[in-house]
Amino acid sequence: MALSGGGTFAEVFAEDVQRGSGHFDDGRIESLASSRDRGVGIRVVADQSTGFAHTADLTERGLLAAARAAADAARRSGETTAAVDLETVGTSPGRVAIRPADIDKATKVDLLQRADEVARSSDEAISQVSARYADSRRRILVANSDGVLSGDDQTRTMFSVSCVASGDAGLQTGAETVGLSVGWELFDRYDVEDLARRAARRALTKLQARPAPSGTLPVVIGPGSGGVLFHEACGHGLEADLVKKGASAFAGRLGTQVASPLVTLVDDGTMDDEWGRYAIDDEGNPARRNVLIEDGILVDYMWDGLRARADGRPSSGNGRRQSYRHLPMVRMTNTYLAGGETDPTDIVASVEHGVYVARLGGGQVNTASGDFVFGMVEAYMIEGGKITAPLREGQLIGNGPKVLQQIEAVGNDFAMGPPGTCGKDGQGVPVGDGVPTLKVAELTIGGTAGAGAP
Amino acid sequence: MSPGDLLAIAERIVDQAVANEEIEVACSHGRSTTIRAYEGEVESLTTAETHAIGVRVLADGREGFASAGTLDHDVVTDMLAEARDNARFSQTDPHVGIAQPDGVEAVDIDLWRDGVEATPNQDKIDLALELERRVRSADDRITGVRVAAYGDSVGAFALASTAGITASTRATSSSVSVQALALDGERTQTGYAYDGAREPADLDLDRVVDRAVSQTVDLLGSTKPKTATVDLVLDPHLAATVLGLVAGTLTGDRVLKGRSPFVDRVGETVAATGLSFSDDPTDLRSMGADSHDGEGLACRPVPLVEDGVLKGFLHDSYTGRRSGHGSTGSAVRGTRGLPSPGLHALAVRPGAGTLDELIAGVDLGLLVFTLAGLHSGVNPVSGDFSVGVEGRMIRNGQLAEPVNECTIASTLQRLLLDITAIGGEVVHLPSGVSTPPVVIGGVALSGAA
Repeated sequence: MALSGGGTFAEVFAEDVQRGSGHFDDGRIESLASSRDRGVGIRVVADQSTGFAHTADLTERGLLAAARAAADAARRSGETTAAVDLETVGTSPGRVAIRPADIDKATKVDLLQRADEVARSSDEAISQVSARYADSRRRILVANSDGVLSGDDQTRTMFSVSCVASGDAGLQTGAETVGLSVGWELFDRYDVEDLARRAARRALTKLQARPAPSGTLPVVIGPGSGGVLFHEACGHGLEADLVKKGASAFAGRLGTQVASPLVTLVDDGTMDDEWGRYAIDDEGNPARRNVLIEDGILVDYMWDGLRARADGRPSSGNGRRQSYRHLPMVRMTNTYLAGGETDPTDIVASVEHGVYVARLGGGQVNTASGDFVFGMVEAYMIEGGKITAPLREGQLIGNGPKVLQQIEAVGNDFAMGPPGTCGKDGQGVPVGDGVPTLKVAELTIGGTAGAGAP
Repeated sequence: MSPGDLLAIAERIVDQAVANEEIEVACSHGRSTTIRAYEGEVESLTTAETHAIGVRVLADGREGFASAGTLDHDVVTDMLAEARDNARFSQTDPHVGIAQPDGVEAVDIDLWRDGVEATPNQDKIDLALELERRVRSADDRITGVRVAAYGDSVGAFALASTAGITASTRATSSSVSVQALALDGERTQTGYAYDGAREPADLDLDRVVDRAVSQTVDLLGSTKPKTATVDLVLDPHLAATVLGLVAGTLTGDRVLKGRSPFVDRVGETVAATGLSFSDDPTDLRSMGADSHDGEGLACRPVPLVEDGVLKGFLHDSYTGRRSGHGSTGSAVRGTRGLPSPGLHALAVRPGAGTLDELIAGVDLGLLVFTLAGLHSGVNPVSGDFSVGVEGRMIRNGQLAEPVNECTIASTLQRLLLDITAIGGEVVHLPSGVSTPPVVIGGVALSGAA
């Protein structure tokens, strides 16, 4: 039915997602919630036009109506009937030791309460605490007119705790978030009390913070959370859909030196247990480890099926969608800048006057220009080669392609950062990122203090 | 499905309440069309039908919630059981509960227009293609369009509860958006514009084309400015963004939990004299207009700041009970989530003067085109504000060179107090915010040394 209007490619994507979450705030359980979503999205491609329809009506009638709507949307001249032999593609779903659905809700609530108690008791200045867990199980099945039939079973579990500290200079916040593509065994790897203490300490530290400087300074980015900078500032520009539309600063630069020779940037959907991991993408293609930039040379972009087909090459396993209600497009998985050789203490020692960013928050990038902004959630001055006073929040601003050229040192302490949700064209998908300690020759810092000597 | 059909489903679940149990059910149904045009062709056409249900259960002062993306009978039944189970493991709170009728009469607002359903798909496709073509041909410097899109939806919503509240409504909306590209040496500059209305005929394509093009070409040749203290001129789009961030901290949940910089400040001067704003969903001209809030209570005007003085906060039934102020009919929710207090239709009272006159009154300033990094750069608890900015410098009342790669920093508290001028021309934006342009004086702009 989907190909009846003359389409060249048709795909059925079925999804069933169950989620559970608990939110503790202000000394009480604020909400315990559950949700269920299941449905089918049908996509028909004719030339470069895509028709898409989705439905939660899983009867044969509902599915055929959706197929007809998708076919009409992509309609071209002529009719096609195609008999397709479906061949199952082998997959290896992530290992889940303890299904979150099997855990008693009282146990889950207890985790939240413990985080609250520990954070509050860590210091009198902690005036507010919230803690949250969320788990999900997403089962998908993809079949298409190329004969692919493939499925995946994806479980993710996350926990976060956030504290407010009150001081003479107002309120400050600190948070700690962990999440992996695993089940409830997440809490065998992370101790919620430890996470709560760390979140409280972040907020307390910032009470003593002075205004961030404003102006252009050398910046050392600590291991882990700085990966989001490369996700935003470089990764998006390496997505083939944006490249093909001229909306990327990296278009037309394959094989050229786009970064410092110290930089190797990888997107890897196969990383064990990481937040952006999966067995198959949402077009049925196996996840892969894709080297994007190797020793500073641009090696490849990331591809979904649609863009890959137009270019006569295989997908790189980066076709993802938020849900059956969304069209797939090129998305990242776990994106990281690979570790180097340098001792991180030597990197800090090499900076006379600059900023050390221990933790980056969210950011935003204009993929066409490469311009980005990022929040510094935890940052310190570097003075005389040493990390000194904590800084209040401020923004880092720069240009992705420029920053890649300006990386002067890469540490040997690679770490993945906290779990993230990447937004693009209104769709959010889970992603991971990571970096070792690294030094950028200069970035603009938007603080409220004067430049140079705050 | 009609609002009546949805209400019947909601009431059927509410009727299953046992003794000492409160149930509130929200149901919705929507159909939407999205068309993306690229290089004179339809890149994609998506038609979608969504169903949703959210079930809130209260028993012994404990609350549980469950939601689903289908109205299939088996799943809906599961959700009631799940919500009851969640309530069992929740904690007792004397203030928690569903909304109780408060006698406020809802204004009669019709959010439905026939145009969305009456317009053939081909005309909608043509609209997206026309938008792309016009942006491409409007200026030689425009080198491409990343995407030109048309979208619309028709939807119905119903809510019923054991407190005897029933509310149902249906609504339509349509929108266009476009992102233009222009080559600037090695760099690509982008400009974005959109419009939204209740039906396609009310969309202002001319304005979208003009804005997308001018936002792109007027920034060509941008450089990093010198660090300075400048007056920010915000047109209504940008004023809506900044004042929306401030007003977003004036909610009962933030205040009760000590997470707003404006806690305990009712009655104090928190903003420049002359600044007044309220949340007014009863104003039909706003795209945020509505008859009922997310708990089925009547929407009503809520004064927030009056001539610089903080007047109060937005409350839903929970924060209203806990604070003792009662709900202000300000619950916002998706069908799939619990209600919380929030803005429906922020309305800023106009002053005098056009945008051009405001610019003419500034010695050293910046006309802001884009603010970047708002979700990371604005801390709604501390009020710290540091965001990336692009725009045109203003020198001696005249627009001057375009700038980028710079940030502005302040606090939400300071921004309100530092407003030095409020324009006279209110624009009702698709986001539901209605505001004139404003000028904020003495803001730190960080760029080159």
